[in-house]
Amino acid sequence: MQASDWLQFALFLGLLTLITKPMGLYLMQVLDSNGRTWLDPVVRPVEKLTYKILGVDPQREQGWKQYTFSMLAFSLTGALFTYAILRLQHLLPWNPQDLPGLSHHLAFNTAVSFTTNTNWQSYGGEATLSYFSQVVGLTFHNFVSAAVGIGIAAALVRGISDRKTSFPTRSTVDRVFQPGETSSKTRSTVGNFWTDLVRVTYYLLLPVCVALAIFLVSQGMIQNFDAYTHAKTLEGAEQIITQGPMASQVAIKMLGTNGGGFVNANAAHPFENPTPLSNLIQMLSIFAIGSGLTYYLGRMVKNQGHGWAVWAAMMIMFVGGVLVCAHYEAAGNPIHQQLGITNVDRVFQPGHEDQTSSQTHPTGNMEGKEVRFGLFNSSLFATVTTAASCGAVNSMHDSFTPIGGLVPLFMMELGEVVIGGVGAGLYGMLVFVILAVFIAGLMVGRTPEYLGKKIQAKEVKLAMLTLLVLTLSILGFTAWASVSAWGVAGLNNAGPHGFSEMLYAYSSATANNGSAFAGLTANTPWYNTTLGIAMLIGRFLMIVPIMAIAGSLAAKQAVPAGPGTFPVNGATFTILLIGTVLLIGALNFLPALALGPIVEHFLMGQGQLF
Amino acid sequence: MPHKPASLLDASILVPAIGGSFRKLDPRLMVKNPVMFVTLVGAVLTTVSIFTSQADRGFITQLSVWLWFTVLFANFAEAVAEGRGKAQADSLRKARKDTLARRLKNGQESHVPAPLLEKGDLVVCEAGDVIPADGEVIEGIASVDEAAITGESAPVIRESGGDRSAVTGGTKVISDRIVIRITSEKGNTFLDRMIAMVEGAKRQKTPNEIALTILLSAMTLIFLLVCITLKPFGIYSGVAFSIPVLVALLVCLIPTTIGGLLSAIGISGIDRLIRRNVMATSGRAVEAAGDIDVLLLDKTGTITIGNRMASDFRPANGITEQQLADAGQLASLADETPEGRSIVVLAKDKFNIRGRELAAPHATFVPFTAQTRMSGVDLEGRSIRKGAADSMKSYIEGKGGVYPAEVAKAVEAASRAGRTPLVVAEGSQVLGVVELKDVVKGGIKERFAQLRKMGIKTVMITGDNPMTAAAIAAEAGVDDFMAQATPEDKLKRIRAEQAEGHLVAMTGDGTNDAPALAQADVGVAMNTGTQAAREAGNMVDLDSNPTKLIEIVEIGKQLLMTRGSLTTFSIANDIAKYFAIIPAMLMATFPAIAPLNVMGLASPQSAILSAVIFNALIIIALIPLALKGVAYKPMGAAAVLQRNLLVYGAGGIIIPFIGIKAIDVIVTTLHLA
Repeated sequence: MQASDWLQFALFLGLLTLITKPMGLYLMQVLDSNGRTWLDPVVRPVEKLTYKILGVDPQREQGWKQYTFSMLAFSLTGALFTYAILRLQHLLPWNPQDLPGLSHHLAFNTAVSFTTNTNWQSYGGEATLSYFSQVVGLTFHNFVSAAVGIGIAAALVRGISDRKTSFPTRSTVDRVFQPGETSSKTRSTVGNFWTDLVRVTYYLLLPVCVALAIFLVSQGMIQNFDAYTHAKTLEGAEQIITQGPMASQVAIKMLGTNGGGFVNANAAHPFENPTPLSNLIQMLSIFAIGSGLTYYLGRMVKNQGHGWAVWAAMMIMFVGGVLVCAHYEAAGNPIHQQLGITNVDRVFQPGHEDQTSSQTHPTGNMEGKEVRFGLFNSSLFATVTTAASCGAVNSMHDSFTPIGGLVPLFMMELGEVVIGGVGAGLYGMLVFVILAVFIAGLMVGRTPEYLGKKIQAKEVKLAMLTLLVLTLSILGFTAWASVSAWGVAGLNNAGPHGFSEMLYAYSSATANNGSAFAGLTANTPWYNTTLGIAMLIGRFLMIVPIMAIAGSLAAKQAVPAGPGTFPVNGATFTILLIGTVLLIGALNFLPALALGPIVEHFLMGQGQLF
Repeated sequence: MPHKPASLLDASILVPAIGGSFRKLDPRLMVKNPVMFVTLVGAVLTTVSIFTSQADRGFITQLSVWLWFTVLFANFAEAVAEGRGKAQADSLRKARKDTLARRLKNGQESHVPAPLLEKGDLVVCEAGDVIPADGEVIEGIASVDEAAITGESAPVIRESGGDRSAVTGGTKVISDRIVIRITSEKGNTFLDRMIAMVEGAKRQKTPNEIALTILLSAMTLIFLLVCITLKPFGIYSGVAFSIPVLVALLVCLIPTTIGGLLSAIGISGIDRLIRRNVMATSGRAVEAAGDIDVLLLDKTGTITIGNRMASDFRPANGITEQQLADAGQLASLADETPEGRSIVVLAKDKFNIRGRELAAPHATFVPFTAQTRMSGVDLEGRSIRKGAADSMKSYIEGKGGVYPAEVAKAVEAASRAGRTPLVVAEGSQVLGVVELKDVVKGGIKERFAQLRKMGIKTVMITGDNPMTAAAIAAEAGVDDFMAQATPEDKLKRIRAEQAEGHLVAMTGDGTNDAPALAQADVGVAMNTGTQAAREAGNMVDLDSNPTKLIEIVEIGKQLLMTRGSLTTFSIANDIAKYFAIIPAMLMATFPAIAPLNVMGLASPQSAILSAVIFNALIIIALIPLALKGVAYKPMGAAAVLQRNLLVYGAGGIIIPFIGIKAIDVIVTTLHLA
């Protein structure tokens, strides 16, 4: 990495740190049904009207089962709605290209993909979907799937935090309380799904997206409903130039960690990522909410040190990922270097055209990278988009060096807990927090307790269930595909690289990331269906146990903190948490990674490519 | 005797344990421990493939031998832990010799075998008789030798009424005659329960053990998935993973270390309690002890030495301190109460006033009575009295003397400082005040400071008035106190603490303590206490030493720490095992990955074998740690976490790298692979 790379990295990390607290404080207000924001005068009446239409009492909190049921019903309805739009897009308006309806498996895959905040794109963006499908069928999900994720995270945090009600209720612990005795009792509710959904969308996602879209347009991003432009190139060839309402789509694609590109080239396309500044802001907007949620966690549990400890664990893993990825991308492919291929990215960087720098630095791997972004910004973007379950790309991960490509793969297999998808990252990380507290909590000589709430058989069971589901889906489907005709047929590359493509696809789908090792031809009935199922598993079979944990913790009484309490802040806890994520979460994928990128890396060293 | 320490290398325990480890191979027993059950299945599969596979028979044979060892070593750990308990049970059982009881029915005595006694029967025991079952003395007083259960040879007094009425089956009456009402059901005497507990016969998994078992089982399931999917991955990649190699990988990855030692840790936790002469009614109680964060401690016997001691002489005007001491000593010479003796001791210490022989013709002793509330001596025309301030005042005034103002002041000052003033007078002249004070046990303040560091709040319970209580509380360094506490107050206090989420432990002996003992999360009854108290608590301290509550909490904590530390160690081991096995599995097909063999293991076969051998041997190596518990120091949670994370987390990552490499060198040198 060069000095300018370090500088850009520092700028990105610095800005991210700066926005974490304000975002967290704003989330405190948004996620409180009585919260106050400066948007109240405008949005409050609309919010109230929405509740009236939905028939929701915003003050009535739900138990975890009600909350989960509301979420599932809402998501199912949304998925069916989008499925119908995609199947019938030829009958619907805003289709200047007269694109036909989607096949049933592609429509299933796409509807699931957007409902689950994955935005895996088996379809070819501008070549498959009408403006109506994009704006109504998909953008709707870009907002609400993000809002659902944030709501689930908030529900879990509410369960963890010690919220008391002042009125007496019938106690569940008869041994302790005598009937009729008044005391402050623990609230066993976790919030109201509909309130969270509406408030997050109205107060957070929509306003920020409006601002972000205007900014992106200022950088040169398009925003129209025109038919595609037909142009003649200098060589006289016919070129179709995509048009459409891009800026509004891209804003929520990043902020809501959706990642589904408006065009197939995603953020590598000059329209979809016009300038270095737009690149930086897009990366920041991917991390903004996830990072702010850790601050929200600290605030809610009245232990800001804990919020920062979780944030630090995420950031250490993130920085590690970026450095490894950037290092191997900069080191490049030894075979290219032996052939004397020049370092193309240096040419475009002012100040580095001098001979010394191109000689002292090995030639980086520029295959599949946009020259405007170069090695470092491509590596950084790739790590950001996979650490958060965004999936937008500004370079082709398939073309990365084996270890450079292992980093995005690994980030997803961690379970998307490094910042992660909006909400999903926090609730995924909290599962590891619970496991870390359980294993290490015993070491301080007490029944493990997380912020005063005991972690017992039930929580351990549910937490491990989510890990089991994640592993089962990623390894199970990859194993199936790797020995099936339909699985191998989709591969563009042989050997370990082909294996990585399959592993990447199911990791991406299960982790609800959505990015791809583009070498895989996934628009086939088998892939569309299995990937769709993986996405459903990765979303809902994670959420349901996690909500059960939220409910179980909410009903527990917190033990007051003291010197004997397990510390969940500070460097020791951060190290412990990282250790837990790596040992319990990631080691499971080591054998698979060994057969994919790791073997490929060593073979590349011996001059063999795939 | 329960308190007899057994060495870790006691052959009388180790030898039977070897047989035990084979008996425990019964799949019906193994299935209760999912981690080791999977290992067992793996061992069977590998053994089968010795015969089915064409090549590498020697390697597979060695592999399967070590897999069997892994299972056997885990069983051995459990058998050793149980064996240590059994040795104690055997000595207890000797006390349960079938004796003939002298049953009393309608005034008629008849001989009945002890096991046939029913609850409610009356039996007679005289000097030399063994008490046939648990019961309550309803008539008489006797000295009883309880060595059979407590190991304490000094006899104890048991009498009807009051708080010392409970007797235990198996103990022996050594003087006098008592009538006992049997209070235990057949086969469920205290001794029976003790034996069952020690042997682990009724051992049920504790809540925390269940949660840990779930974690370990889920990890096993995940690794099972990892190894099963490797087969199709191998087919795609052109690598043929054989069953024995996949089994080796699986067994190395699943947490066999903690899985194998888990039950041994639990058994030895109870064992450590028994060694300190504490009987827990369940393993759950031991675990709860670790969670305790509020201790209710009785002042007397726990915080202070049983009785008050003379500390100061405060003479009246015109009297020297020595005169007062001399008179006080004379008045106390015949006083056999600890308070009286302490005055004699203080007089000797301060003024070297020796004890004098006082023969009966010269001296008349006036004993203490509840009516006069004073005692003293009449000697050669001197009449010396000592007693409570108000009774002495009326005594003096009755004799026409003057009760001096400065004495009244000294009395008040002493009371305010939490001391008991005794006024001493000769004839009608008040000589002064002897102050008695509670003596806080040496080292107890430091102990409380340690507890505070561990996050445990101490509450002193006393019947004293608030002033006295506050003074002692300050001196002893407890966090809080309850003065003039009644048993109902204790119960209320426990409920209030629990309502705030605290876990409370207390000790008690009287029948009126029973509700509080039952309410407390850990209730330790004194063995000298009543039957009701012993039934209400979930632990009984055979030594009847209230200070032991602190040790009980420490044992509970140590139990949980040992579990957590070995779990962390076990999981951290996986990194090295991956680095040993994964390159070995792929080397044949992809020689390029040789650099991944960071330990430089000699060959793929020796690498896999070494990992499996390490995995088996580490169980044996850690048995002493599992039985003794990890080193325990009273520190705050943050410090403990840091220390254990470094030792067992970082250590768990590094040690297997060294261990596997060393074993690889040996394996290669011996040409085993």
